[in-house]
Formats: sequence, C-alpha cells, structure tokens
Amino acid sequence: MNNATTPVHADITLVVNGQEHRLNVDTRASLLDVLRETLGLTGSKKGCDHGQCGACTILIDGRRANGCLALAVAHDGADIVTVEGLAQGDQLSPIQRAFIEQDAFQCGYCTPGQLCSATGMLDEVARGWPSVVTDDLGSDPVLNDDEIRERMSGNLCRCGAYVGIVAAVKQAAQDREAAEA
Amino acid sequence: MTERLESREKVTGAARYAFEYPVENVAYAAAVQASVGRGEVVAVDADSVLALPGVLAVLSHENAPKLHDPPDGELALFQSRTVSYRGQFVAVVVGETLETAREGARRLRVEYAAESPDVRLRTDHPDLYKPDKVNPTFPADTEQGEPEDAYGCSAVRVDVTYTTPAEHNNPMEPHTTLAQWNDDGLTLYDSTQGASSVQNIIARVFGLDRTQVRVVSPHVGGGFGSKGSPRPNVVIAAMAARAVGRPVKFAVPRQQMYATTGYRTPTIQRFRVGADSDGRLNAVLHDVVEQTSTVKEFAEQTATPTRVMYQAPHRRTSHRLVALDVPTPSWMRAPGETPGMYALESVMDELAVATGVDPIELRIRNEPDRDPENGLPFSSRNLVACLQEGAERFGWAGRDPAPRARREGRKLVGMGVAASTYPAYMAPNRATARAEPDGTFTIRIAAADIGTGARTTLALIAAETLKADLGDVRVEIGDSSLPKATVAGGSSGTAGWGTAVVRACEALRAELNGGLPAEGLEVSADTTEEVKAREAFSRHAFGAQFAEVEVDADTGEVRVRRMLGVFAAGRIINPVTARSQFIGGMTMGIGMALMEESVMDREFGDYLNRDLAQYHVPSCADVRDVDAVWVEESDPHLNPMGAKGIGEIGIVGAAAAVGNAVHHATGVRVRSLPITPATLVPRL
Repeated sequence: MNNATTPVHADITLVVNGQEHRLNVDTRASLLDVLRETLGLTGSKKGCDHGQCGACTILIDGRRANGCLALAVAHDGADIVTVEGLAQGDQLSPIQRAFIEQDAFQCGYCTPGQLCSATGMLDEVARGWPSVVTDDLGSDPVLNDDEIRERMSGNLCRCGAYVGIVAAVKQAAQDREAAEA
Repeated sequence: MTERLESREKVTGAARYAFEYPVENVAYAAAVQASVGRGEVVAVDADSVLALPGVLAVLSHENAPKLHDPPDGELALFQSRTVSYRGQFVAVVVGETLETAREGARRLRVEYAAESPDVRLRTDHPDLYKPDKVNPTFPADTEQGEPEDAYGCSAVRVDVTYTTPAEHNNPMEPHTTLAQWNDDGLTLYDSTQGASSVQNIIARVFGLDRTQVRVVSPHVGGGFGSKGSPRPNVVIAAMAARAVGRPVKFAVPRQQMYATTGYRTPTIQRFRVGADSDGRLNAVLHDVVEQTSTVKEFAEQTATPTRVMYQAPHRRTSHRLVALDVPTPSWMRAPGETPGMYALESVMDELAVATGVDPIELRIRNEPDRDPENGLPFSSRNLVACLQEGAERFGWAGRDPAPRARREGRKLVGMGVAASTYPAYMAPNRATARAEPDGTFTIRIAAADIGTGARTTLALIAAETLKADLGDVRVEIGDSSLPKATVAGGSSGTAGWGTAVVRACEALRAELNGGLPAEGLEVSADTTEEVKAREAFSRHAFGAQFAEVEVDADTGEVRVRRMLGVFAAGRIINPVTARSQFIGGMTMGIGMALMEESVMDREFGDYLNRDLAQYHVPSCADVRDVDAVWVEESDPHLNPMGAKGIGEIGIVGAAAAVGNAVHHATGVRVRSLPITPATLVPRL
C-alpha cells in the first residue's frame, strides 16, 4: 500500500463528438468515468470496468477502444466519438437505423458499445484489415457473417441479440457500399 | 411488426439507466466484501480511511443505523458482526468521487475471526432438509402410485444423475441504485424488475410508509431474475445517502455481483424412469438436491416441470436443500424449468436410445391428455405440434439415429431435440387509461421493461383495445408512483399487466361513449377479482428445441451450427420482440450447455470466477444460425389477449437439445454441464 493519500489531478483537453473540453481530471479516472461523470455523456456504458464486455466501446482517434481501460490523463488531446456523436443531428447513422430495423438490442445497455464497435469495425474492413477468420490475407476481406461475428465478439450482449446484431451490421455495411457506389 | 418504442433513445445513448440521473451534489459508494468464508467481523479500521481526503463516511456494523424490518438476511446490511459467506458486504465507503470511494474501500482494513466454511453441495450432506415449499409456492414433494415398485418392474429402466453448476445471471447493467432523501422521503433510481415491490420492501426496511418511497426505473439493462427483488445495493445506497446527507449512487462492480446479486443454484438430479419396450413411461422419479444460503432460503423448483410434461401412472418428485456458507441463490431465467428440463429432456433422449424409439415419437407417445399430476385439463397444449413443425423445418426426417454416424473431416456432426415448457402465470395488477384532451391516450402502470419489449407490447394491447393508432398511445412504466404492478418475472408481464391495461382501456371506451370532457377522462382497473375468479386449468406454454452441433474430434470443441426453437405460447402480440425474446433465451441456453459455470472455492468460499473473462457467456461468434418460430395457438382460458409468457421458455430445453446433439454426434453422454473440451476429450 502506498502513502499517496491526496488525489493527483492533471489538466487535459479532450475533443468529444467535435466539442473541445478543457478538464482537470483525477489521474486515477478512466476515460469512461470522465465521459459519464464529468461530462454527463452517459451513453457509454459501464458493464464490467475491466475491458471484458465492450459496453464502454468508444472511438478514440477513429479507432474503437474500451473507455474503461483508458486512463483519461493518458489521452490528452484525443479526439473521441461516443454513441451521442454517431447521429448527424436528428439523422441517425446507417448502423443506428439498422439496429432498430433488425431489433438488434433488447435492454439496450450494450447497444452504445455495439454501435461504436460496429462503426469502427466497418472502417477497419474498409481499410482492408484482416481478422482471425479471414481466409485470404492477400486480398481485401469480404464481410460475411463469420467475419461480422468474429469482429463483433468483443461486445457481449446478455440479452442474446447477436442474430439481430449480425443482420444489422450486414445491412449497414450494404448501405455503406451502396452510398459509396 | 412493431419496433420498440424506446428504440431511438437506446441507439442514441439518451435512454437513462439508474446511475445516469443528473442529481446535484451526488456522492459515490464503494462496498467492501468479507474476505473470510464464515465467522465474525472483529474490527473495522474506519479512522484511517476517514482520514483520506474526500472520504465522507465509512459504514459497517460498528456504526450503521439499525434497520427497521429487513425481510431477510440479504437486506440486513451491516446489522451484525456475523459473516455468513465470503463476499458478503461488510462495509461501505462513501466518497466525493468514484475514485476516492474505491480507494477508500480498497484500503479499509477489516479484521475477522474466521471459521471454516461449509460450501460443498453433496447428496450425502447430513443437513439436507425438505423445504416447506419450493419457489414460489409449490409443494417440495409429490407422489402418485407406487413409483419405486413400478420402476423396479419396468421393462426398460434408466437410472442416471445429472448435475448442473451454479450459473450467474450477469445482466449487462450491474445492479445499481441512486438514492436521494428529501423532505417527502426517499427517491431511488434503481435498476429493478419491479418498482412497486422495491417500494414496498425498502419502505419496510427503513420503517417508512410506502408512499414515502419512490422508485424510478424506466430503463433497466437486463435482469433475468437477478433484479426481481431488491438486492443489497438498494439498502447500501439508501443508508449511505442518509448518512452523508447527500444523494449517493452505487453500482455493484461486476466482480462483486457474483456473491451479492443472486445466481442459479447448482443442482444434483437423480432420475429413474421406467418404460415398456415401446417407450411408454410407467414410472418417473425425479429427486433433486440443491443449495441455499444460511441467510435466506431460496428453494429452486427444479422438479416441477417433471410434474406436467409426460404421462406415467407412477411418479415422484422431491427437492432437498442444504443451507451452506455460500452466497444466496435466487431467480435466474426460468428457475426450476431450466435445470429440471435439462435433466428430464436429456433422460428422455437416453430412453429413446435405450428403446430404439425416435426421440420425437417417444415424446408423442408419452403425451398426457390432461395434467398428469393435478388432473386438470390443459388450457391448451401444443407440444406435439411444435415437435412436428420443428422436425419438418429442421430436416429431422433424414437423421440417422445411430450416434457418431456423421463425420466431416475432423468434425463429428449430430442433431438433437428437446421439449420446453413454462407455466402461464398471471397475477393481479392495476392500470389507468386516460383520454387526453388532444385525443391521444396515456396508459400508466408500474410495469418494467428490462429489454423484453413490454413497453411496446402494452402499447399495442392498449391501441387494439382502444381501437386507436399506436402513435396516439403513450405508455408510462417503470415508476412506483404509477398504478401498482407485479415484477417482470415468471414470464407473467404480458398476461398480468396486459389484462389490467385491457380492462382499463375497455372501461375508458365505455365511459367515452358519453363524450370526452374538456379536461380529459381517466379510468382505472384492478384485476384482483378477475385473477381470483379464473377457472381451474393447467396453463403452460410448450416448445421444441432443435440443435445441430459439430464436435472437433481432436480438440473436443463443440460448436452449435444451427438451432431452431418452435414455440406454442398463445397469441404472439409483437412478433419482432417475441422472436428476440425466444432467440435470446436460446442463446443463453447455448451458454448453459457449453460454457457457463461458476466454480465454488471449496477452501475459502465464494465463486472463483468472478468476471466476464472467467465466467463465459456466449459471444457473437458463438451464436450462428439461431432462429425461433411459433405455431398458431388460440387459448380462450388465459387472459383477454390470449397470450402466454415468452421471456423464459426460450432457455428451457435448449441445453438438453445441445447435449443430445453432442451425444448424437459423438456417442458420448455428458451428464454434467457445461459440456467442455475438458469433459469431452478424454471420452472421444
């Protein structure tokens, strides 16, 4: 046990959903807790606080990450997107729409993490990043159901909405392709 | 096809769960668990933690206020020195911030006088006893005919013991309470399956009038039974908030949930079934041994499905409990039916093999024409239709009954079937229906939507009764200030809440015949008398589960390739959310079959695997082709909607279907869940 009894604070800047925040954070605070408790952005959820469930998944500098495993002080200057930042005003993003249409959630608690994870994952696929189930590492991965399941397995859903989640991600990927075509 | 009414809130992060209500000046609680398996707290060194900057209070048995009338030991927080199980809450630290509270809890030194805990469930435990009843009010034992003798005389006999491990509900949202005292009493933002029951129980715990407690819970991140009654978090938050004179919030950390928020008891189930050579049952004996804790009795009704499933003139069921120094078991999705039907439906598969009768035909041959124990007619029973529909859809006809007959490279492939059932409960509820001056309607009932789709289903029921557009119906639930409602449990919500909504809407329509007053019109309904007056029927939903698995012959890894559930559950109100409920239950059944197991620390007590990295629930990659359908079922003896509950039946029988498929694939009968490579490899 150490003797440090006084919390240590540090000044950082975070850009969250396009908005800059200058913050004085407890150096023990996770990014997740700063988002939820300091900034009031409670869309990102705490399911396990140990990086095991994915409910806290956010995008840090464009890549998906577990907010509960990220110390806020280590992310000074980061550009963060949370579930609150996925829609454009009232216009839901394709993945948000697809989750509703495919009933890809029940209690909704894992949903923000699933949505951020899927958003980041579709971008990874677009960049040609392979997964452990990608057969041909020489060409761009094809986003079939097995690829979706593998790439979404960092986000647990205890209600068991995976069937809907896979359908929703597939639908959003197709929407994205159609939009790019 | 109706999407969830709160869909938009849930995909934008706007839906607020208990921890997320913005209240001024909130403080944070972090709890400390007993580190011994049994004994007494000797000393709590609160002073050194209170000296930390930002720590507001330390509460333990040394200084906690006396609670008025906690209904059981689980809610009697910090009322004595006694440690009844490892992991029991013994103290709480309240801090200005989450970080401070947690550091305080981590640093709090608690001294114990430790004794050796008795934590091992076994069939020869000297303290096994017969409970007065099993959950909720079933007799512990039943017997008809001469089961022992009849079994002994049967041409074909199967005598096997199945075991299921402790399993944890693990809703994604931890058990959470934000407590705020004010002049009027206590407000609780709580993650609960029943606002009205939390209101009642917490009022009793703190010696308040029921009206002085308000429970708010519009969105709940899953529960699966574990939030069906208030757990220690509610008392801790309320006690801490009163102590510091500020609102306090407390979310049970995932690791602490395993000891403090309930779980499914492990079971040891001996089955003896005797049949003639054609598979017609003559005797069924189902003897269950399971555990409870020393602070609160919970007696899982594991053998109850055996009482309704199959005909047999000679039959017996029994439950024996032992109170161990373990965390308190409680409800987990389809308590009773889930472990009981796993065993029964595995045994039926064994009997099919023993008699050479097809597993579906075997079940059809043993279909009773009325409830086999209480003799009542079934209000409706379409198990056979589910089996036949499923066989057709799943391609059962082409199945070679010989085990280990189908191999694809390293993969052994097999198909299994199991029946499922769940009672169609209904309890008294109240609701109001209001015609607003603008022509819309507001329905109010303290129901809960824990992900079931209840909010949407109740709106559909109201719109249909009122002959109104769904868009003109607003449903308010999840608040104890609304008309009193039962918990989201026993798959009873649609039946119980829905009936109250129908009656309120019918009464409103009748009164509206006189025209809509300028200020609107509100009527209320109470279904107490209606529920009491129900005719005597045996009311149950039924289903058939089919699974196809592949087993890696070298590694023993089991993967579920395909799974289909066919259910007969009365009228399905909202096909979208119903399908999700069924599939969700089946998905949890895959977890039960292949991965979920809470391992008791036999030396020190409590469960060893206390997080989601060690307690494995199905992930996306574990769930491939899973689908659920239902057969048309019209049942006039249920409720005005003609609906049976659907929240739990999806898990019932699912693990047996997987286990039976594993046997078909490999020829190996595993009688102890979960079926893992460790259990399979030595026998492949």
